[in-house]
Amino acid sequence: MNIFDFVKPATITDAVAAASEPGAAYLAAGTNLLDLMKGGITRPTRLVDVNHLPGLDRIEHLPDGGVRIGSLVRNADLAHDLDFARRFPAVAEALLSGASPQLRNAATAGGNLLQRTRCAYFYDVASACNKRHPGSGCDARGGENRLHAVLGWSEDCIATHPSDFCVPLVALDAVVEIEGRAGRRELPLESFHRLPGNTPEHESALEPGELIVALRLPGDAAGFSAHARYLKVRERTSYAFAVVSAAAALKLDGGTIGEARIALGGVALKPWRCRAAEEALAGAVPGAGVFRAAAEAALGDARPSGDNAFKIELARRVVTRALTLAAAGTPERVAALPASPFASGTASGSGVHPHV
Amino acid sequence: MSLSVSLTVNGTVRDVVLDDPRVTLLDLLRERLDLTGTKKGCDRGQCGACTVLVDGRRINSCLALAVSHDGADVLTIEGLAQGDELHPVQAAFIAHDGFQCGFCTPGQIMSAVGLIQEGQTGDDPERVREGMSGNLCRCGAYAGITEGVIAAQRILAGQNLAEQNLAELERKQVV
Ligand SMILES: Cc1cc2nc3c(=O)[nH]c(=O)nc-3n(C[C@H](O)[C@H](O)[C@H](O)COP(=O)(O)OP(=O)(O)OC[C@H]3O[C@@H](n4cnc5c(N)ncnc54)[C@H](O)[C@@H]3O)c2cc1C
Ligand code: SF4
Ligand code: FES
Ligand code: FES
Repeated sequence: MNIFDFVKPATITDAVAAASEPGAAYLAAGTNLLDLMKGGITRPTRLVDVNHLPGLDRIEHLPDGGVRIGSLVRNADLAHDLDFARRFPAVAEALLSGASPQLRNAATAGGNLLQRTRCAYFYDVASACNKRHPGSGCDARGGENRLHAVLGWSEDCIATHPSDFCVPLVALDAVVEIEGRAGRRELPLESFHRLPGNTPEHESALEPGELIVALRLPGDAAGFSAHARYLKVRERTSYAFAVVSAAAALKLDGGTIGEARIALGGVALKPWRCRAAEEALAGAVPGAGVFRAAAEAALGDARPSGDNAFKIELARRVVTRALTLAAAGTPERVAALPASPFASGTASGSGVHPHV
Repeated sequence: MSLSVSLTVNGTVRDVVLDDPRVTLLDLLRERLDLTGTKKGCDRGQCGACTVLVDGRRINSCLALAVSHDGADVLTIEGLAQGDELHPVQAAFIAHDGFQCGFCTPGQIMSAVGLIQEGQTGDDPERVREGMSGNLCRCGAYAGITEGVIAAQRILAGQNLAEQNLAELERKQVV
């Protein structure tokens, strides 16, 4: 790890000023940043500790039925806030499927959004990586790329964004509140992360020094609470990143779907909202054929970036299953194995062995 | 650059001057305070060997910067027993064969203490296993660990109940 200057500002204004210097980075829990610094992948010259900034650790339930999540709210505290989990169950389920209990106790909402890709070549400083070292090439192309992107990738970078939390958030129209030197602004989460294009080093819409102060979910998002699920396929049952994941949320009006929300994780460098699939579902009668058609629409633009064509069909099946689970209704309590296809009660039909 | 931190570690206030901000909480415990019970496995948040309680919550001390935790209350494996009397989780790990080589054990035990305080699992072994999934065991002592955690949880719940009953009796001035 490189040596750095450590500052602990007392106010948001001071933090923004301190972080606007070139080479500075915010430190939240450090569960991603310190890992990257230990590997020499990122080498900030100054760390601006945000952990003691006032007012950022609150979960505020808003009059419109929405919620405002301070950027320092710990992942575990949000998932276990009963009011929050009741209104936004797919978000709680996604949080509980991520990392480990220890990491969730530390990790913050803001840090989760800005965690970096898990591409192994990005982590290995001996490899060529356009994201880590612009212009150096991409060793993932032609390398071990089973788990890389199938949507939105470019010739320069085929990495994915690893967050679970962001997937239901983007489905539910979350908004990011940002503070910078010019004051406060907000942005839909959908336009917060950037696709790689030919500048994969530019990962988010944040300008230097900008601080995430909060995330907001609109009241309308709570209208999906009766039919909202997150499903995450991993290479082991827990404590692993998604190979593919999906958030599915439905508003059912009598026998038809009033409105649907779908987003995918593990498939692109951003949480991937599937609007074409949502449109295909609106007004339809829920059922296996309709869900499969929506899944086809969700992956309409997908193409393999290497040895990962399987992820396209896997993602279709994950979307179909997530929709089936959502239509069946949100369970009273998050399953013992959150978001797992192996959790009891997640099989698509009674007596069916839970294979994806 | 000289930075100082003041931590309460196992009930004692410890003031430490760091000559470097890079020191993790894990390295501070092991290298500066000679509390080597907390283990360094991966040093990257992947194994749980370094689990300690900070302000009552289990975290990975290898991914926590010491300077960022100034003022924190830290509990490590060394602070668990009361003199010669083992903490119920420690006793249960012995009774249920919750370890073999013992390297992961301090982290497993601290994680179990945190899990029991979080109170999310009940007696459901699947929830306990998931709740302990942040602690890897190379020897594969998982079966004993799960049994030990459930047994210790029952004992601690009984102790809490006994304490509550006593407090209630004291309130009513029966004892
Ligand atoms: C072993 C392991 C397994 C994991 N598994 C999963 C998983 O399955 N699913 C998943 O979703 N995640 C997983 N994670 C990632 C984990 O969720 C993130 O590390 C965590 O959410 C980051 O939060 P933090 O507070 O520690 O951020 P930090 O590490 O402190 O910061 C991360 C980045 O965000 C920036 N930052 C932090 N806060 C702000 C802010 N308020 N404004 C602007 N910038 C900010 C920092 O500068 C840094 O660049 C795993 C991590 C580990 C180590
Ligand atoms: S896929 Fe992206 S992150 Fe991975 S090596 Fe290529 S450029 Fe780097
Ligand atoms: S040493 Fe901290 S998690 Fe492995
Ligand atoms: S007892 Fe040996 S690693 Fe767990």
